[in-house]
Amino acid sequence: MSDEKKTGLHSPLRRKLLMGMAALPAISMLPRTSFAQAPATAAINTTGLAVTDTEVTVGILHSVTGTMAISETGSVQAEKLAIEQINAMGGVLGRKIKFIQEDGASDWPTFAEKAKKLLVNDKVAAIMGCWTSASRKAVLPVMEQYNGMLYYPTFYEGLEQSKNVIYTGQEATQQILAGLDWVAKEKKGKSFYLIGSDYIWPRTSMKIARKHIEGKLGGKVAGEEYFPLGHTQFNSVINKIKLTKPDVIYAAVVGGSNVAFYKQLKAAGIDLSKQTMLTISVTEDEIDGIGGENIAGAYACMKYFQSLDNPNNKEFVAAFKKMWGEKTVIGDVTQAAYLGPWLWKMTVEKAGSFDVDKIAAASAGIEFTKAPEGYVKIHPNHHLWSKARVGQAQLDGQFKVVFETPELIEPDPFPKGYQ
Amino acid sequence: MFGDYSIGDLGAIFAMQGFAGLILFSVYVLMALGLAIIFGQMGVINMAHGEFMILGAYVTWMTSGFFQSYLPSLFSGYFFVAMILAFIASGALGMLVEWGLIRHLYKRPLDTLLATWGLSLILQQAYRSVFGAREVGVELPSWMMGSKQVTDTIEVPINGIFVMCLTLAITMVVAWIMFKSRWGQQVRAVVQNRVMAGAVGINTEKVDRYTFGLGCGIAGIAGSAFTMIGSTGPTSGQLYIVDTFLVVVFGGAASLFGTIASAFTISQAQSTMEFFMSGSMAKVLTLLSIVAILMIRPQGLFALKVRK
Repeated sequence: MSDEKKTGLHSPLRRKLLMGMAALPAISMLPRTSFAQAPATAAINTTGLAVTDTEVTVGILHSVTGTMAISETGSVQAEKLAIEQINAMGGVLGRKIKFIQEDGASDWPTFAEKAKKLLVNDKVAAIMGCWTSASRKAVLPVMEQYNGMLYYPTFYEGLEQSKNVIYTGQEATQQILAGLDWVAKEKKGKSFYLIGSDYIWPRTSMKIARKHIEGKLGGKVAGEEYFPLGHTQFNSVINKIKLTKPDVIYAAVVGGSNVAFYKQLKAAGIDLSKQTMLTISVTEDEIDGIGGENIAGAYACMKYFQSLDNPNNKEFVAAFKKMWGEKTVIGDVTQAAYLGPWLWKMTVEKAGSFDVDKIAAASAGIEFTKAPEGYVKIHPNHHLWSKARVGQAQLDGQFKVVFETPELIEPDPFPKGYQ
Repeated sequence: MFGDYSIGDLGAIFAMQGFAGLILFSVYVLMALGLAIIFGQMGVINMAHGEFMILGAYVTWMTSGFFQSYLPSLFSGYFFVAMILAFIASGALGMLVEWGLIRHLYKRPLDTLLATWGLSLILQQAYRSVFGAREVGVELPSWMMGSKQVTDTIEVPINGIFVMCLTLAITMVVAWIMFKSRWGQQVRAVVQNRVMAGAVGINTEKVDRYTFGLGCGIAGIAGSAFTMIGSTGPTSGQLYIVDTFLVVVFGGAASLFGTIASAFTISQAQSTMEFFMSGSMAKVLTLLSIVAILMIRPQGLFALKVRK
């Protein structure tokens, strides 16, 4: 770091000379092949990013303190794993990835400030980060103003598109519509009880769900409830659920509230093996806290489960556990976070440049065949083509996949008729 | 609003909501009792109260793990051991904190707010370093899960009954300690007039330490009980702190009876409103009415009559 800053003070010509001189003795020691692969820095980095002849710096921006640390820890772990694996394969355009990690501290202004710091001071070539929509919305203007590239891993409510962001999670329709179609067909679900935490993502998701239930599926909504973040008392709504006897409970409760919600459902005698429950907010991570015995039988609609049976995923799970411990679990967002560095690497190599504008333009059509979820492709709207899957929670805290869409679903962040 | 339900349904609704309100009431009392002792009796604003609860929750989690590994045959009874250990752990930490931090601040009550807030951050980070950032799942013995069927429509969760019994027991013990035991008399004497209490030979420092320890210990028991209904993570304690202060302040800080009355009022209001409107709206209305009542009665529902 300090070296880069020092050279930055000198004139560009002198900087190049110094670098060239420093590189001279190194060249003779490098194996021929890797030298041939690495193009000159000046050619692939015309905008002054933190790229040297041997290194490229990216930013990791997540909350490791505050209330979101529980969720974002997995994302950080996945991104570090991906970076390590890419480096082991020789890096990006012959350059090893170095990362600077910043803590958003679960505080949206802090996210914006740290994003600016990463882009302006550190000149990072890309940022992997954010989790909540609130943090992304805070970071977005910074990314656009300073022309950075953000790889955002969480499934989210859609209604957004930016040339400076690649959304590696699902947007709302990719998760909600497929799940509801499945539950209406397989579980004969006609009446739905919608329950969520009270902020933008659950509310937007429920709006789309309600339109789909009432418009396309011909079902009815028996109730719709929101509770403040961190709410821990669900007895009243559970009573209402018992009275209205919906075919399906459809839930988007987030964070620690989930633990309270499922424990109290279980305690109130609602047996999830009889009462159909479909959630879009519980992954293996949350089950760790909820306890498998409290949620066994519930269905979740995601694009990824740790139990996915394919060679890519087996490798990924093994590598993740090797790096972060046998007891760690991998949820949907963790996998989406893992995609970030890989998609960025492939885009950079396709563009033949680290320049953000060239990457933004080259992103469309990037395919990642080694994705743990199977295969993904970046759409021109910067979201991923992906499958939707329904898994049933098991006692051991894992999901058993009971359904997956046969085709990749085209991302549609601005769905017609659902707004 | 009522039109969608039949008379029979409405009867069941009020019975079930009344019971849900009672559970909420017990939870509030458990949360607030420890704080009421510390804040009400000692005037210390303990922002780390939630973290003392979570210490109790982590102790419960570790005890459950210990029983699963080494004493699986006794697992069904581990919870009682866990609660005692939680009381000891939180109480001991409380006394340590009183000795190291709080006793230097008795003359500056507002500074206790800052100091304990700092303490809460330190504790959160300590939990994160020791137990990890993710939530841990506390497994319960099977007899504590499920519910009792009373009528066709009315079902009573067993952990709710458990929390209610626990609250009743702890409240009675605390009431006995505070109003009947010799030590309780000393506590109340110190509260009313520290100098005079010292002059008649009460060791006020010792009283302070044990009072603080008792309050934190009860927080530990509450945390242990909340593993049944809530999450256990480094920052979970934050979920409780606002409600806890609300209950204590609304009740009139220095009165334990006021704490119980205010917990009852808030929980029943919240629970009844929750049924007929959305959860968030019920919360907003509860808060608004509390604000309104506190504007009329700033000292809370029940205040000690002290000559000013």
